[in-house]
Amino acid sequence: MTTDNHSKEIAPLSDPGIPEHVHRRTDTDPKAAKKAERQVAILFSISAIGTILFVYSYTFMSEDLFVFLPVMGSTNAKQLFLGLGMAISLFFIGLGAVHWAKMLMPDNEVIAHRHEFRSEESDREDFVKTVKAGAEAAGLGRRSLIKRSLGAALGLVGLTPLLLLRDLGPLPKDDFSKTSWKAGTRLVTDPGNRPIKPSDLEVGAVAQVLPELQSGELRKLEDIGKDAVLLIRIRPEEFQLDAERLSWTHEGIIAFSKICSHMGCAVALYEQQTKHLLCPCHQSTFDVTRAAKVIFGPSARPLPQLALMVDADGYLVAKQPFTEPVGPSFWERDSA
Amino acid sequence: MNFISRYRRSKFFGPALLAAALFILGTTYSVASATTFKAVTPASDKTTLVAEGKELFARGCSSCHGLNAEGGSIAPSLLGVGAASVDFQVGTGRMPMADMSVQASRKTPVYDEAQTAALAAYVASLAPGPASIKSADLAWERSGDTAQGGELFRTNCAMCHNFAGQGGALSQGKYAPSVMGAEPGQIYEAMITGPQSMPVFSDKIITPAEKLSIIKWIKSAEAEPSLGGASLGRTGPVTEGLLSWTLGIGGLIGVAVWLASKAR
Amino acid sequence: MSAKERAAGAVANYVDERTGAAKWMKKNLTKVFPDHWSFMLGEVALYSFIILLLSGTFLTFWFDPSMKEVEYEGSYGPLSGLKMSAAYASTLHISFDIRGGLLMRQIHHWAALLFMVAIVTHLLRVFFTGAFRKPREFNWLLGIGLLTLGIVEGFLGYSLPDDLLSGTGIRIAEAIIQAIPVVGSYLAYFVFGGPFPGEVFIPRIYTVHILLLPGIFLALITVHLMLVWYQKHTQYPGPGRTEKNVVGYPLMPIYMAKAGGFFFIVFGFTAFLGAVASINPIWLFGPYTPAQITAGSQPDWYMGWLDGLVRMAPPLETHAFGHTISWNILIPGLIIPGILFTGMALYPFIESWMTGDKREHHLLDRPRNVPTRTAIGVMSLTFMIVTLLNGGNDIIATHFGLTINQIMWFSRIGVLVLPPIAYIVTKRICLSLQRADRELVLHGKETGRLVMLPHGEFIEVHEELSPEKKWTLTQHEQLPQLEIAQENQSGVRNPKGLRAKLQQRASRAHQEQIEKPSAKDLLELGDGHH
Repeated sequence: MTTDNHSKEIAPLSDPGIPEHVHRRTDTDPKAAKKAERQVAILFSISAIGTILFVYSYTFMSEDLFVFLPVMGSTNAKQLFLGLGMAISLFFIGLGAVHWAKMLMPDNEVIAHRHEFRSEESDREDFVKTVKAGAEAAGLGRRSLIKRSLGAALGLVGLTPLLLLRDLGPLPKDDFSKTSWKAGTRLVTDPGNRPIKPSDLEVGAVAQVLPELQSGELRKLEDIGKDAVLLIRIRPEEFQLDAERLSWTHEGIIAFSKICSHMGCAVALYEQQTKHLLCPCHQSTFDVTRAAKVIFGPSARPLPQLALMVDADGYLVAKQPFTEPVGPSFWERDSA
Repeated sequence: MNFISRYRRSKFFGPALLAAALFILGTTYSVASATTFKAVTPASDKTTLVAEGKELFARGCSSCHGLNAEGGSIAPSLLGVGAASVDFQVGTGRMPMADMSVQASRKTPVYDEAQTAALAAYVASLAPGPASIKSADLAWERSGDTAQGGELFRTNCAMCHNFAGQGGALSQGKYAPSVMGAEPGQIYEAMITGPQSMPVFSDKIITPAEKLSIIKWIKSAEAEPSLGGASLGRTGPVTEGLLSWTLGIGGLIGVAVWLASKAR
Repeated sequence: MSAKERAAGAVANYVDERTGAAKWMKKNLTKVFPDHWSFMLGEVALYSFIILLLSGTFLTFWFDPSMKEVEYEGSYGPLSGLKMSAAYASTLHISFDIRGGLLMRQIHHWAALLFMVAIVTHLLRVFFTGAFRKPREFNWLLGIGLLTLGIVEGFLGYSLPDDLLSGTGIRIAEAIIQAIPVVGSYLAYFVFGGPFPGEVFIPRIYTVHILLLPGIFLALITVHLMLVWYQKHTQYPGPGRTEKNVVGYPLMPIYMAKAGGFFFIVFGFTAFLGAVASINPIWLFGPYTPAQITAGSQPDWYMGWLDGLVRMAPPLETHAFGHTISWNILIPGLIIPGILFTGMALYPFIESWMTGDKREHHLLDRPRNVPTRTAIGVMSLTFMIVTLLNGGNDIIATHFGLTINQIMWFSRIGVLVLPPIAYIVTKRICLSLQRADRELVLHGKETGRLVMLPHGEFIEVHEELSPEKKWTLTQHEQLPQLEIAQENQSGVRNPKGLRAKLQQRASRAHQEQIEKPSAKDLLELGDGHH
């Protein structure tokens, strides 16, 4: 532990007290003080120049002027000088104020004493007495009927704001399981809305697709958020699928929901040589040849596959809706 | 000898010695590791383009791609890839590959334009494939629509090449390179041939007009100066956070240290 | 009296007759504040908050928080004619058609990043110096609250422009809400007013971002500052500084000048960043649509650790009785952050339980003198850094020639293995530094001067430390470990059981110290020379 009685007399490790104050040059030399005063004034003046620069850039500089600066490259002059003007006008006020405090204001250390926070015993006792008296006066302890009915009333009134929030949104019902894809819905390019024939896709090609809109229909982002599909063509012999999933493909063309089964980002990154899909958000990796099975990353489920076929006019259409909900999981999701 | 003894105790001696040592080490390494490709003798005028290409192919490509471009375990078949693929891969220097890494990177081309054209003609003669595209033949400035090109880029390209075409990571060390500075012809060829990990963008899926719009948007992004100041790489919040943790708080702590220090 | 003095006197009289202000003004104008640069980190946060309020108010005059679809007709060519939300269009308008608009947007966003950096560095300073101990535990809780709210506020703020990058972040937030068992799908529909993305999310978070959270911030910051004011600021140990005093400079004029000046410096510096460094160039991202995504999708840095946790999570999901629970989302997205922040919030109480120290503390600790606390802090920091780095694994991979798969595996293993290693290494370093301090006090500073003694021995001259320095190195307290009886004399086991055992163990670990030199040791040593 620290010191023992013996060493208190010698006390080489006791508090030596605040060190002696060392005077600054500006304290002793009036010329130095005057110089410091001038320096502070210069700093404040630079701030004024900054404001002038700001006003000039705002009022007179053209928006289309670009200047070339090292590191920054070609940059918009108005934006740059507005910002620099503002920065200088503020920064140098601060610099001047701090320099003034450091150089010219007294820098003798001052000692203040801390008082104990704990109140006097008499005050604490008085406080307890006051509270007890007040509680007695309220009579809650004796009048349990009041206590219980008050509790019930307050609890009930707390329900009103909760109930008012009910109309924040509709109930989901089975929305999560439904997309716009139905049997016979044509696949169209995104953007462009052109229907697609198998011959339009070469081996190694991808297409971003959406379901064809009926005439007069508008495409909403909510629909895109569930309907977006990725179309990929590989050589049919490269598939490693069971018979059912294979029947959902057409001549090497396979379709998956583009909405990541992890957290809903668009899984559009297709690596042609490895036949992997990569989601850039959390790096879930899906193997196209095995029905988008997850081979790396945090996603726990493969991407839902859309069954394809060709309609009478030769265009690619969905054979049926998705057989499972697309996108991230949720409590009511019942598929493996 | 006197000079060294005299300045041995100088406080600049250490740093100067270090700088000299680094310089010597660096230049020695550069010189020693510089590889020069054997100068490829230009073909004589008498041989046809295809024959010339065949000769070049036999010398520089067949060891990986096979004598008849049929491919092998370490390189794919080139039958059907077309002149466009060759023009792209050889023209950007990706082929011949410098080493057997996971991805061929862009580098200084080994073959000049004439030789590239010869190689392309030869490969095209083996099996039909897309023809090479010259930048001069693309009327992207006139027919392209920048805004539409941006929409197309963000839907079809940004997921690999990033919103500003700066490139991005793929799995296992592969990457989508930056498209800034790429020639319009090469951009077009990349879209139709799908080099390495890049998929093919068939003409019915992204029409030739749409491809021109994409090129126009890329060129506009390239030419666009960074409008808010230094661009920090156009890679998003990572570099912004880095700057706030280095220059940002570093600068302010520097000021705080000055502020709290005692004046002399 | 001069005319100026007479006027000032009149004003003071007017106010004092109505409020009695003279008394508390006199007391507070002479209030003493200790001076150290590490005490200014909280100030950076405070001033950044004020900058956010000012720049944010400016932006609200032009921002349109509506998700209605409009066709862009502004001056930025590469987006003309495109369909986008009014929120996105109005942000483009601010950036390109309002003079100083882009500057204010950038100042606002840089101030937000600096705000969070300052909060974290301030938290680290308070933690490592033990400023959270009694009587400041409540202030620590307020600080953790401010940190949490800051993260939310920042996320909502950069999501307002409805661009591709921030919209992707909202999609991920919606997936976290949706993944909550039992109520997830309902909550998601209530927050978004229906299916994602809907048309009400931006207007709703606008209210939260400009009204609700700033109001809460103002209240919490006010209480936070009032507590510092009333309880007086802590100070570093040194000669003349005790638990019962504050040594420093008075508010008027010195602190007014320095702190007021520092506000202008922080504001000017933030404006400088806004002038020269581009941030959040939303015109390059494009408007949000769920069918698009960019490579390198990351949240702002203060959420990067969350992103990193989600990326490294194993693909765990359970399906049972027709229901799904996504552990791969809940664990990194809600459970681990919950445990982290709860642990952080409760730390003052955990430490006082470990040490049994229930006294007031106004002198700060030197981190080396509390090796266990310092090691716990470095351990937590290591965890956060590994998760933060993993959040940027694709950017790191492309810039440093690594693969995202390598970084992911490094992070999965590193996040479990590196923190304990960091704990052990830090604790050992702290104990070594204590040993070094002990040596310094007992034997003095090595001067590097060699002296040959008459009998041929070479010694290095050691210079004795000044009494001030000796005091600083030995003034700290070294509490003994708690002696918690596991059994009383009759052999009856401690009713607290496991808790008592844990407390005993924790106390023993916490109190591992190198004994500081006592006066007796110095005396015994005699002369300082070796």
